Amino acid sequence: MFNLSVSDEQKALRDLARRFTQTEIVPIAAEADRMEEYPWELVEKAHAIGLTNIIVPEEYGGGGLGYFEDCLVAEEIAAGCAGIYSSFAASTLGLTPLNVAATPEQMERFMKPFCAEPALAAFCLTEPGAGSDIASVRTRARRDGDFYVLNGTKRFVTNGGVAELYTVTATVDPSLRHRGLVLLVVPSHLPGVSVGKKEDKMGQRAASTREVIFEDVWVPLENRLGDDREGFRLVMETLDKIRAEVAAAAVGVARAAMEAAVKYAKEREQFGQPIISLQGIQFMLADMAIKVEAARLLVWQAAWMADQGLRNSYQSAIAKCFAAESAMKITTDAVQIFGGYGYTKEYPVEKYMRDAKLLQIYEGTSEIQRVVISRGLLHEYRAI
Amino acid sequence: MNIVICVKQVPDTETKIKVKDGQVDHTETKYVVNPYDEYAIEEGLRIKERLGEGKISLITMGPQRAKDALKSGLAVGADEAIHLVDEAFEGSDPYATALILCKALEKMDYDIIFCGKQGVDEDHAQVGIALAELLDVPHVSVVTRLEIAEDEKSAVAHREVESGHEVVDTPLPAVITAQKGLNEPRYASIKGIMAVKKKVIPEWNADDVGVDRDKVGLETAKIKFVEVALPTERTAGKVFDEDPAQDAIKVAHLLRDEAKIL
Amino acid sequence: MSNNVLVVAEMRESVLKKICFEMIGEGKRIADKLGGAVEAVVLGHEVGDEIAPLAHYGAEKTYLADDPALANYTAEGYTNVLARLIKETEPILVLTGATTQGKDLAPRLAARLAVGLASDCTGFEVQDGELLVTRPIYAGKAIATIREETTPYMATVRPNIFAAPEPDTSRAAQVEKVPADAGSIRAKVIEMIQEAGERIELTEADIVVSGGRGLKGPENFALIEALAQVLGAAVGASRAAVDAGWKDHSYQVGQTGKVVTPTLYIACGISGAIQHLAGMKTSRYIMAINKDSDAPIFKVADYGIVGDLFKVVPVLTEELKKMRAEG
Repeated sequence: MFNLSVSDEQKALRDLARRFTQTEIVPIAAEADRMEEYPWELVEKAHAIGLTNIIVPEEYGGGGLGYFEDCLVAEEIAAGCAGIYSSFAASTLGLTPLNVAATPEQMERFMKPFCAEPALAAFCLTEPGAGSDIASVRTRARRDGDFYVLNGTKRFVTNGGVAELYTVTATVDPSLRHRGLVLLVVPSHLPGVSVGKKEDKMGQRAASTREVIFEDVWVPLENRLGDDREGFRLVMETLDKIRAEVAAAAVGVARAAMEAAVKYAKEREQFGQPIISLQGIQFMLADMAIKVEAARLLVWQAAWMADQGLRNSYQSAIAKCFAAESAMKITTDAVQIFGGYGYTKEYPVEKYMRDAKLLQIYEGTSEIQRVVISRGLLHEYRAI
Repeated sequence: MNIVICVKQVPDTETKIKVKDGQVDHTETKYVVNPYDEYAIEEGLRIKERLGEGKISLITMGPQRAKDALKSGLAVGADEAIHLVDEAFEGSDPYATALILCKALEKMDYDIIFCGKQGVDEDHAQVGIALAELLDVPHVSVVTRLEIAEDEKSAVAHREVESGHEVVDTPLPAVITAQKGLNEPRYASIKGIMAVKKKVIPEWNADDVGVDRDKVGLETAKIKFVEVALPTERTAGKVFDEDPAQDAIKVAHLLRDEAKIL
Repeated sequence: MSNNVLVVAEMRESVLKKICFEMIGEGKRIADKLGGAVEAVVLGHEVGDEIAPLAHYGAEKTYLADDPALANYTAEGYTNVLARLIKETEPILVLTGATTQGKDLAPRLAARLAVGLASDCTGFEVQDGELLVTRPIYAGKAIATIREETTPYMATVRPNIFAAPEPDTSRAAQVEKVPADAGSIRAKVIEMIQEAGERIELTEADIVVSGGRGLKGPENFALIEALAQVLGAAVGASRAAVDAGWKDHSYQVGQTGKVVTPTLYIACGISGAIQHLAGMKTSRYIMAINKDSDAPIFKVADYGIVGDLFKVVPVLTEELKKMRAEG
């Protein structure tokens, strides 16, 4: 049975997210971009109505909803501000390993208190020497009795410095490469956890991106997620699960840029007519629409599969790669349609363009997505 | 305390109004809860929170799609909702609408009834007040602040008037029509939205309501729409170029006499 | 049923409001078409000395309901008295002002009489003995023509639409006292709070006066504020003025500022670039003052003055002030 309809509850949820974004996020987006921060109040408000922690099971204080609902919300928030979206998403990313692999006891201990109050989490994976090559992580988790002693530096941690909980990918032995990886839950207040400078980013500047430094941090064994051979698999599964949501955000950014361009083209007159009457502009807008619609359907497919419990790496990689690249093209074209005005900070499109670039890089670069996709192809067609 | 809120679904005010064949064209319209009714719902919720007890019932008269307005209200925390729906109700004017609501309310318990001050589609601003008259209860309109007395038998309402604010004391039950500024409506929560799925919204037709089909609907409407038109396009007007002082005086007079400003 | 039009007068602090005269003027025009007379009714207490103007402006008869209980407006009290009067005198049309009071009273009265009511009307027409009224809907985005099907016809009349006729002070008032028993009144006004001077919100203002680059400096916004003061208007600014730091961004009207929809928008020293127009072009009336006759604002202004705003605005302000005091 093929069904593309959205239920009444899903519509209401999307409308709620849209309304929240319009009222709370859009008015502060430009300022947040300039100041490289957004008010904590926003997290409190979002938490109060359940827009954070959507995929966490209800029994631990989350929304208990699926990835599809999560994607509906992500598209709306990112359409308001990709930086603020990334901050919320990084929190979801930080919690996802728990969702995937935590024991009920760990969920009680970590997830429940986390969800009870407005809070943010963060995922610590990337290092100065480990980007796409996850297996080359060097942050060391040295076993000592009932603890791991954690030492290392993580780079580009979104919500670094504001997160209450870090889920950290570390290695018990670098020579083991991916077989040495473990995933640890590290509360930010543990002694030895500190943060470095804030990255001065091109875009998505509302999100706080910092180095997180671990110096002899004693992490109890009970904070490890899964067993000591599962680390790599859990990281991959985490990234798999979040990928559709990031693609949804890309759709949001693209949609916002497209809508701004349509509105502007209707108002801007040159050569005696609104520029939207010019076929050249119409064709640009049509191409935007094609990409937005296609990207959204790819997102919905990937999210639906995740909710069905089906492995969706192939589909989510396609969704993320396509959506991110579409967002880049669409936001660039939006600036083009705005012309000189679009190049200034007074209009929102240059921000969309700066924000879009990161979508092609984080949560798995477009190149890594292509690796996943080609691997999937090779597997699919292995018999021929 | 039994709090009843009358809710209406209206076209989203963001959408451009299209007129076709002398009528408003609703083929692409998106519908929302009437903004003034949102203040009404929020006030009901706040009263219940303040008193620590109470039941909030939503009621709407409208076609099937109007259920969405009730669902929005349930999602923010109303306890129950009733949908008054019948082919015979369609095209009802404000009087008939008030009559239908009145008959329905007579079958319910109510201590205070809220309406929005007006529906932002047809802007009649009549139903709430007419309802009070038909129920034979007092009303206070365009309320910007409301305090329920300790004994829950009366209320003090602030209302905007041209020169300032009136403070009105009214016994309960009464009808209160909500004005902007009464409160800040809350967002629904995701939990609230999901909980709506489990709520049953009963439908009452004309017989359930106890109203005569001949007294409501389009045929017997006391005011009928003959035609709807769009206002005329804007063009350049009068430009004065002679003497600053003279021109200023001329225009001042035009503003008063022609544009009726003042 | 008679063919008379009954105008429900409204007073503020014992003085008749201008809307009464506008209604009498339009009421007379309708009454003439129907073959009747225009009459007025006043409810209050000890206001007998203030009601002569109703006759001056054309009311052939003034009904007076005088009772302490009617000294202050109450919906129930006024409804009780008027319902009784209307049943007695059977006017064909009852007009009330679309003021806060009128909008509070008319629906209750209409429901009491079980008749239809057209709210906030901007036009009346008698066609084949029927009354057709025009009124804005969708916040003025569309205009509806309504036919009233029950009598007495009832309508609330939007202020500032119809012209008050020229008064004739020689016309004597024919006053008839009518039963003024207000009946049971449950909702009562216990206090009146006067509004202190506060900044009017741009997006809700009925009149907006904006200043632009032509003001040359922030201190000259005083001219704008003086004009706004006289008109009870909100103050706005163009992007140029905001960028120059003369006003905070919250004053900015335009594509990247606020969109306003007032009845009157006065643009002083503003060229009218498309970005600014996007924020105010749906104003009912636009007035522009600019030195440059080619300024695009004149293409959309209903009233334009090509001239030095430093000379025009003060005179405009004075003249409006004078007229307001007379009104």
